[in-house]
Amino acid sequence: MTQKSLTHLSITEALAGLSKKEFSAVEYTRAHIEATEQNRDLNCYITETPDIALRQAAESDARRAKGQAGLLDGVPIAIKDLFCTQGVRTTAASRILDQFVPEYESTVTSKIFAEGAVMLGKVNLDSFGMGSTTGSSAFGQTFNPWRSTTSPDVKLVPGGSSGGSSAVVAARMAPGALGTDTGGSIRQPAAFCGISGIKPTYGRCSRFGVIAYASSLDQAGVFARTVEDCALMLKSISGYDPKDSTSANKPVPDFVAGLQGGNVKRLKVGIPKEYRVEGMPQEIDESWHKGTQWLKDQGAEIVDISLPHVKYALPAYYILAPCEASSNLARYDGVRYGRRIEGKDLKETYELTRAHGFQDEVKRRIMVGTYALSAGYYDAYYVKAQKLRRLIRDDYMKAFEKCDVLLTPITPSAAFPVGQNEDDPIKMYLEDIFTISLNLAGLPGMCVPAMLNAEGLPLGLQIIGRPWDEETVLRAARGLEIAADFRALPGMLGTKMAA
Amino acid sequence: MTTIISCIPPALPSTLPVMDTKTVKKVASLARLSMTDQELESYRPKLENILKFVEQLSEVNTDGVEPLSNVVDIALTLRTDTLTDGDLQQKILANAPESTEGFFVVPKVVE
Repeated sequence: MTQKSLTHLSITEALAGLSKKEFSAVEYTRAHIEATEQNRDLNCYITETPDIALRQAAESDARRAKGQAGLLDGVPIAIKDLFCTQGVRTTAASRILDQFVPEYESTVTSKIFAEGAVMLGKVNLDSFGMGSTTGSSAFGQTFNPWRSTTSPDVKLVPGGSSGGSSAVVAARMAPGALGTDTGGSIRQPAAFCGISGIKPTYGRCSRFGVIAYASSLDQAGVFARTVEDCALMLKSISGYDPKDSTSANKPVPDFVAGLQGGNVKRLKVGIPKEYRVEGMPQEIDESWHKGTQWLKDQGAEIVDISLPHVKYALPAYYILAPCEASSNLARYDGVRYGRRIEGKDLKETYELTRAHGFQDEVKRRIMVGTYALSAGYYDAYYVKAQKLRRLIRDDYMKAFEKCDVLLTPITPSAAFPVGQNEDDPIKMYLEDIFTISLNLAGLPGMCVPAMLNAEGLPLGLQIIGRPWDEETVLRAARGLEIAADFRALPGMLGTKMAA
Repeated sequence: MTTIISCIPPALPSTLPVMDTKTVKKVASLARLSMTDQELESYRPKLENILKFVEQLSEVNTDGVEPLSNVVDIALTLRTDTLTDGDLQQKILANAPESTEGFFVVPKVVE
């Protein structure tokens, strides 16, 4: 098979091909390494690991020959550079960790390797996961493989913070990728790049070895080009881990079997009126209507619901997340690991090390958190935000008494040009308006590509589920996927691949 | 090509703490971030805007609401208090900017 035909397969299709010996894991991996080399101008990778990938692929072929193949055996995966990988530099897209080589493996990556996955390398992100564009990386901006039909010369952001993960999957440089989602960092970039992505329930996956941003909100998840592939990958990374006391000691369902062909008959789908915000572009509203109609046509029951406190999710998040970040990032002091800038004494060493090692957006969030947690303000900011967090969660739990899942828009716009909103943090934060409340409530959420807008850019839709009910989220997402029949490819693929 | 939704709250009452340069300087020092005067000046309005933005929470009456810190229904468990690893000195020091004879080395703390 040619490189193009191999890199355009879904994971499920590729596993079938591998098991029928139509191609080897080495061939399949090599096709993705070549695609990676051809697309370096997108700046997706911080560290490419082709040698490791080819070694793992050869080992996978040997396992398969012996009949010992795992769930993801021979499947090349891109890993957000926030997961610690033993012996492979892990930077969090920061200067302070630009030479950091972990001595241990994150639980999530060790799980995909135990299932036979192949590591293509470590992909770019907003520094420490803080951002919505992958523009706050110390390793430069990652670009979206999509361009608008009206301004094809304008480079667009891939979303963030897991923008490297979404860009490589959309550009057919990897069939799947790992990401993390603290406020929308899987779902928003998936939407901007026209692919699928799921953030499971908080606690479904271990956070051990994931560089922490806001620990009560961070959760690992996956990107792929089909809902079924997401289900398969999610199954392989889920489960209890004694090394993370917040991971759930609950059985992991067979998410692939749970898809049930995307059957949504009699499924109760809630439409929260508060998501219809003022100034929402018409194309976003239209995509939402379309999604509602698609599920209705397949036999779902549409229920109007209300989430009165959800509009406070953004301000609550922008207290809680910076507070947790200021505490989590206090560990970067240039003493035990990371880059150090020497000062005249220890305090100045700390100050110079951190000033040099952190990007602007990271410093901004540390400052906000430090201020909000400082004497006299703790109750007014942090405790107040925690109270709103409970009210937001209660709203969702009440809604789930009336419905099984919610259907909402996922972003307030399609992918926007690089540099837009950069000088206005509040405008940038509004990017996360539809995604952020799920992290506060700990709920699973998934992005499915729905349609192209008038400028030829993908728009996604979001399915939100009850805690621990990723199965129903995936099933409803599969229902949407069947109806949407989204097959559009980023324009660059047509020209590059044909050449 | 994109529309940004406007939900920035109206101007706030003067009861808000003002983010002046002196406060920004103090916060930077607490956070152990070295900053030039120019940087302090550029951070100041951005921090002030963020604080104004989050101030809208004060319009919600939260009397009697229990703060939520653990979002899922997981009971935290204790493991048995036994050694599970050890002999990791080399691994722990592997990424140290400076170390000697099994110790981390830092600039002088006490004059």
